[in-house]
Amino acid sequence: MSTRDASAQRASAPGHDAYAPARETTEGTVFTVTGGDWDTLIDSEHDDRVVINMGPQHPSTHGVLRLVLELEGESVTQARSVIGYLHTGIEKNCEYRTWTQGVTFVTRADYLAPLFNEAAYCLGVERLLGIEAPRRAQVGRVLLMELNRIGSHLVCIATGGMELGALTGMTAGFREREEVLHLLEYLTGLRMNHAFVRPGGLAQDFPEDWKEKVTDFIKLMRKRLPDYDNLLTGQPIWKQRLQGVGYLPLDGCLALGATGPILRSAGLPWDLRKVEPYLGYEEYDFEVPTATEADCYARYVLRVAEMHESLKIVEQAVAKMEPGPVMVEDRKVAWPAQLSIGADGMGNTLEHVRKIMSQSMESLIHHFKLVTEGFRVPAGQVYSAVESPRGELGYHLVSDGGTRPVRVHLREPSFVNLQTMPAMCEGGMVADVIAAVASIDPVMGGVDR
Amino acid sequence: MSEPTGTSGNGQQPTGGPQSSAERSGAAEREHRERGGQTAEPGEVEQIAGNGGTTPERGTRLAAPAGRARSGMFGVDDTGDTSGFGGLRLPAYIPAPAERPFGGWYDDFADDFAEALDERDIPRSAIQQVTIDRGEITFYVQRERIRDVCRTLRDEETLRFELCSSVSGVDYGEDVPQRLHVTYHLLSMTYRRRIRLEVAVDVDDPHVPSVVEVYPTADWQERETWDMFGVIFDDHPALTRILMPDDWDGHPQRKDYPLGGIPVEYKGAEIPPPDERRAYS
Repeated sequence: MSTRDASAQRASAPGHDAYAPARETTEGTVFTVTGGDWDTLIDSEHDDRVVINMGPQHPSTHGVLRLVLELEGESVTQARSVIGYLHTGIEKNCEYRTWTQGVTFVTRADYLAPLFNEAAYCLGVERLLGIEAPRRAQVGRVLLMELNRIGSHLVCIATGGMELGALTGMTAGFREREEVLHLLEYLTGLRMNHAFVRPGGLAQDFPEDWKEKVTDFIKLMRKRLPDYDNLLTGQPIWKQRLQGVGYLPLDGCLALGATGPILRSAGLPWDLRKVEPYLGYEEYDFEVPTATEADCYARYVLRVAEMHESLKIVEQAVAKMEPGPVMVEDRKVAWPAQLSIGADGMGNTLEHVRKIMSQSMESLIHHFKLVTEGFRVPAGQVYSAVESPRGELGYHLVSDGGTRPVRVHLREPSFVNLQTMPAMCEGGMVADVIAAVASIDPVMGGVDR
Repeated sequence: MSEPTGTSGNGQQPTGGPQSSAERSGAAEREHRERGGQTAEPGEVEQIAGNGGTTPERGTRLAAPAGRARSGMFGVDDTGDTSGFGGLRLPAYIPAPAERPFGGWYDDFADDFAEALDERDIPRSAIQQVTIDRGEITFYVQRERIRDVCRTLRDEETLRFELCSSVSGVDYGEDVPQRLHVTYHLLSMTYRRRIRLEVAVDVDDPHVPSVVEVYPTADWQERETWDMFGVIFDDHPALTRILMPDDWDGHPQRKDYPLGGIPVEYKGAEIPPPDERRAYS
């Protein structure tokens, strides 16, 4: 009654707020605030219960994530996330393309970890085909994935820092990530969305002086990574913003399906590279950093530690790399016209084209069929999982024996982990929501696919 | 309006109606049936489901076929792609039931599983078939029992599947009986094992009990499966769309739902779907 009176009074008052139009609902008067002065709206007659909509275009929500927060003053009583703003139908699209073309779709799902998507997908296709990539390709995949992990964690720390106001963290993080992207561009040809890992191996071999480039990178990162400890780890403001915030203990993690740094920050050293080794990870010497605080700070510390471990793995992968093929021998899977780039860096070399066109009509036909029609994959289904920077990235692939998948499902760690947001945020302050979401590190391309 | 481009069909034909690796014309289908093709008829499946003697111990029953018979290569008549099969006819894919001994940890696991089911008075017929393929074990579960089976798998000391990795759907195509499958990938961190549960339902009665009360993580994943495949998870706390807009019609990842063909709506303007835009060829 009183609210209605108040609003009637306000509507009739000459100084009615143009920025906060009111409308009557069954729950009372609802103001839609678009700007202006908060004090003119909130007066003693109202309680402080406010529902705010954060995102989907908000710099602090890590992409097009929309958070609906119910606030009691400064504290959050309920938090819900709304997703789907970046849904591009990657899974559906894969069903209309050959198994090889699928790589170009899945690499766009989690755009900060494209090589993990490619590798997990290709491992699944290879298991369906019953083949294994040659050793050089496996080591190459490990090398690329670990470089990618460093890049992904850097973005997490950089954007997380920016969202909390540590802008230097952002500039530093993106500077280092640029180094990673330059290196990946040199190795694969593209900064992101590489489509470099293919069923059966790699699209092509690394360029000649890859070893020097990677070694230079390791040297540079060995120097730069400790900067993060100086810049953030010990910094009092950073610690105050993150410690004890976004708490999610182990049972909560398991119930909500959280994996990756969130799970490890709660004390369980669960890393698929160790517990279900793939691509020869059992040969590499590295640690799985864990913590028991289960808060945002622990997750930050783990990510920094993981970058150091990734650097160790990259170093070992460089040493392990032996000359050899990067694609399976099977000509029913590998393209007969193995690509060799011309002197200008574009297209096939002239000799190669000449050989294909004039001497080997059969392989030209075969190449054409393989590229347009694709190879057949025996019917069945597999689930292949790898440890992405955000947790268990699983691919459920179903084949009916044709040249295209019946189903490609991504078990996206971002998607599953984002469910933990209410558990981490409710009861806390609004500012802590930002820290919690940043520590989950959802990548909306992966969440919405 | 335009020539079909890429994989798009022409104007009348929704883009990628039936998937071409599995497409066949009505005539081809009739012929296939006459020749006694192996696509199971609905009656057959009911008969299979009625026979109640399969257990995790001796998984020997045929589940619903999980694929379609395929035919046709360059006689493609709706989508102009080149991925068909010339005159080649293959029977629909039916996962073969596994025979004892399964090998590896599967035998011990199946024994423990069967024992746990007995202890909880869940009839062994809840498990319709066991398949082991490419080192992965799949249990085809009666849909009424899926929640009890999940609870057993989670709580029993000898099983301990603490984490539900993934819940998703698979649509095996329009002409397959019980075409919608819901797959659950469970992970036991204690024993480091992975299993897959699968529930098959008909598109006319797509109800499956929700496992959210056993695995809260299934919440969003079941919402996604509802959104994409139209599987209704009974007793789900809030089964709403998650990736598509709330007012969306249809379930995009069903095989009879076209790829593309949906105009993009903007305020005051409408962009035609990709297959109806101007072609430059």
